[in-house]
Amino acid sequence: MPFSESFLARTFGLAENDLESVLAVALSRGGDYADVYVEYQATTSLSIEESIVKSATQGVSMGAGIRVISGERTGYAYTDDLSAARMKQAAQVAACIADGPASVPKVGLEAGPRHDLYSLEQLPCEVPLQERVRLLERADRAARAFDSRVFEVQATYGDTVRYIAIATSDGRFTFDRQPMARMNVSVLARDSGGPPQRGYSGGGGRVPLSFFNLEKTPEYFAREAARQAVVQLGAIDAPAGEQTVVLGPGWPGVLLHEAVGHGLEADFNRKGVSAFAGRIGQQVASPLVTVVDDGTIRSRRGSINIDDEGNASRRNVLIENGILRGYLHDNLSSRVTGAALTGSGRRENYRHIPMPRMTNTFMMEGASDPEEIVRSVSRGIYCKGFAGGQVDITSGNFVFNATESYLIEGGRLTAPLRGASLIGNGPESLKHVSMVGWDLALDEGVGICGKEGQSVPVGVGIPTIRIDRMTVGGTAR
Amino acid sequence: MTFGLDRLQEVAAAVVAMARELGADGSEVSVSEGAEFTAQVRLDEVEKVKEAGSSAVGVRVLAGRNTGSSYTSDFSPAGLQTMVRQALDSARITTADPHAGMPDPAELGSIPGDLLLYSEDVVRLETPAKIDMARRAEQAARDYDPRITNSEGAVFTSHVGRHAFANSQGFCGCYQTTSCSLSAVPVARSGDRMERDFWYTLSRSTGGLESPEAVGRKAASLVLRRLNPRKIASCRAPVVFEPRAGQSLVGHIFTAASGDAVYRKASFLAGRLGERVASPAVTVVDDGTLPGMFGTSPFDDEGVPSRRTVVVDRGILASYLLNTYTARKLGLKTTGNASRGITGNPGVGHGNLFMEKGSTGVADLLKLAGSGLYVTELMGFGYNPVTGDYSRSASGLWIENGELAYPVSEVTIAGNMKDILMGIEAVADDLEFRGSVATPTLLVREMTISGS
Repeated sequence: MPFSESFLARTFGLAENDLESVLAVALSRGGDYADVYVEYQATTSLSIEESIVKSATQGVSMGAGIRVISGERTGYAYTDDLSAARMKQAAQVAACIADGPASVPKVGLEAGPRHDLYSLEQLPCEVPLQERVRLLERADRAARAFDSRVFEVQATYGDTVRYIAIATSDGRFTFDRQPMARMNVSVLARDSGGPPQRGYSGGGGRVPLSFFNLEKTPEYFAREAARQAVVQLGAIDAPAGEQTVVLGPGWPGVLLHEAVGHGLEADFNRKGVSAFAGRIGQQVASPLVTVVDDGTIRSRRGSINIDDEGNASRRNVLIENGILRGYLHDNLSSRVTGAALTGSGRRENYRHIPMPRMTNTFMMEGASDPEEIVRSVSRGIYCKGFAGGQVDITSGNFVFNATESYLIEGGRLTAPLRGASLIGNGPESLKHVSMVGWDLALDEGVGICGKEGQSVPVGVGIPTIRIDRMTVGGTAR
Repeated sequence: MTFGLDRLQEVAAAVVAMARELGADGSEVSVSEGAEFTAQVRLDEVEKVKEAGSSAVGVRVLAGRNTGSSYTSDFSPAGLQTMVRQALDSARITTADPHAGMPDPAELGSIPGDLLLYSEDVVRLETPAKIDMARRAEQAARDYDPRITNSEGAVFTSHVGRHAFANSQGFCGCYQTTSCSLSAVPVARSGDRMERDFWYTLSRSTGGLESPEAVGRKAASLVLRRLNPRKIASCRAPVVFEPRAGQSLVGHIFTAASGDAVYRKASFLAGRLGERVASPAVTVVDDGTLPGMFGTSPFDDEGVPSRRTVVVDRGILASYLLNTYTARKLGLKTTGNASRGITGNPGVGHGNLFMEKGSTGVADLLKLAGSGLYVTELMGFGYNPVTGDYSRSASGLWIENGELAYPVSEVTIAGNMKDILMGIEAVADDLEFRGSVATPTLLVREMTISGS
């Protein structure tokens, strides 16, 4: 589709030469590079609670961000008015970072390469609201039917469609339509008179609404949330101290996101403030470990046809057989360090400057039988569900929080455990990986990554793995 | 482009009228605009300058007991009308909720007088002066000690915000705010291990900021004391929370005392009004009326005046924090704690939320602890408000013979909030606001520390 037929061009009367003239203003005081990012986002969110559909919200936001780079300096300004006049005003503000004779942007924008990972015939937001609400009612019923101890169900559904267009002073022009839909179910259960426990499930991706009828149904998420809440009713205190830890497949891949992913974002490494800085070519994990960040997987939550700087996403090998191979770059870090682009420049919305970010981060599968991995552990813990994590990229210390885990005794899963933190140090922890399973799975599609105040959707994945040594923050001795 | 307070109020009133014409039984409208500025200096070079403004309007309509919400950044008459129609469409697919609605008209209002939320000096401050403050803060940090080998830079930010709120019961109010902040993040190295830490100052006026040099030096001193950390053996021991880390405990009390969690029974404090939930040393207050503070506003996001609410009174759970909806669900009255973004059903927020200071000096509190962990930073999401289960990654310093001895990292602290609150043995006298949540230094008698 040519840009002139795109949603942004039709809705706001935007033409490519408007963006070219904005770029000329952006470089009017010099600078090495400039880009214009135009965004329109429509959002719907629905929720049910106490079997009452309590809220339904629809809205739109739109704006354009103009960036000027001069050396390692960045000037940025945005406007929520998409007229060419307002964008030029913002470009003048962004230009203030530079101080010299005007630079000239390349004339005649050319379309940059892009993937086609989520071209839906019908967007979720084009389906009548009534049909989307029905998903919530089904989740509510299924969770309540799962077990009589379930006493409260909250389910939410949300979809967005984000139209973006990026024009750069080196003559590239790309645009994309990025759909997203997800459901979440949260369940409270209790034994009569006992304290309540919560279970949580959810998923989605860059998918049509039929995904929730054909692939992962509201009943699937509801039962999963209810099952977790009921399991937690019998949970005992998690152990304290260093343990052998087995991570199950899928969402526990959040370990990689915290332990190595953030530390490999090139902005931190360009500045030398990451624990991984200067370690390319060094052993940072067990030889069994290969970690990939791949933004090109069809329909996934973390996937993107182009990043928010207009570069096509890629499959990037971060760690290969334990050796650190590369960082995730945005335009600035690639420009400053001379490294190849990785398609990792992302931003939350037009109000933000892009940064190197992850997309779908996962560990490649190994040769071990997952059941054999559990059988190999005489005493340890098995983690299946996590709430998320956090990392201090400078020291490399990270934490991630288990929400569903079990004691392993004599090679078998025994008692469920209460929530506990697992901690480690980025360049050290993965050296203790001693077995990697053949069951690689990606998560269900709920990941949100926060960095310097910006949230972006991401995916994670991992096969079953055994880590010989990791500190578990329980309370039992 | 800025609209100004009068224009925001006009838009709010116009949307209320439009909603009525289009058939809504009631409506609530928020209109906001903001202008932000950020300058980052790193290794003495300007790295980033960002300057921009934006605005948005949101409406929640009532159609009987059904509600629907919408928002937009398109202020044209057509844009506003599309927004109201979307909200009405949304209301059609919700379920009638007997507790949905607006505050009683008698509850609406605004605190009179100047709350000192706006200061012209923030608006007038020129870009070079802002960059200079960031430069000085970073320089002071880098000059402090040769072990400071790198820096993530120093950042100056300022913000000007204007907000109007109107509803179909005749409430129409507005206020404007300014804020500015300065922070520094130095990095120190010892061998092949690095550490970072930060310090910051923020105020509603430029005159209220600490000096750039003070910010830089404090950040440097904090990062230096983290160098060469040890990982300690697992144990049960006293834990002292430095105010920066202890803030999160007050935040956890808020989460559990907020009406949303309470009526859903998703809180370990549900059903415990009037009961002892913490040691007698603990008094927690939410006060949205303190002039010049970051949690202060003349009215909440439903048009109810902000107020002072004692949440925990010498260990006894004295009040939940409520908006109109959660109050009705619990058979109580709103505490003026409604909070929402630009639209949607109100949630519960806090004003200035703090633990009242005690009479013990910090040095004496460390002596009381004897030996244990002094926590300066917590990471992770290991708090479950439903059960109170608590397990977080911690770093800080080990306390030996009542004095800070050596840095510790890569440990967790764990327990249950019920026990942690009952175990708060002493509260120091060093309460200081740096944002809307604050606590003095706290001593918890015993927690599980997990290490090697």
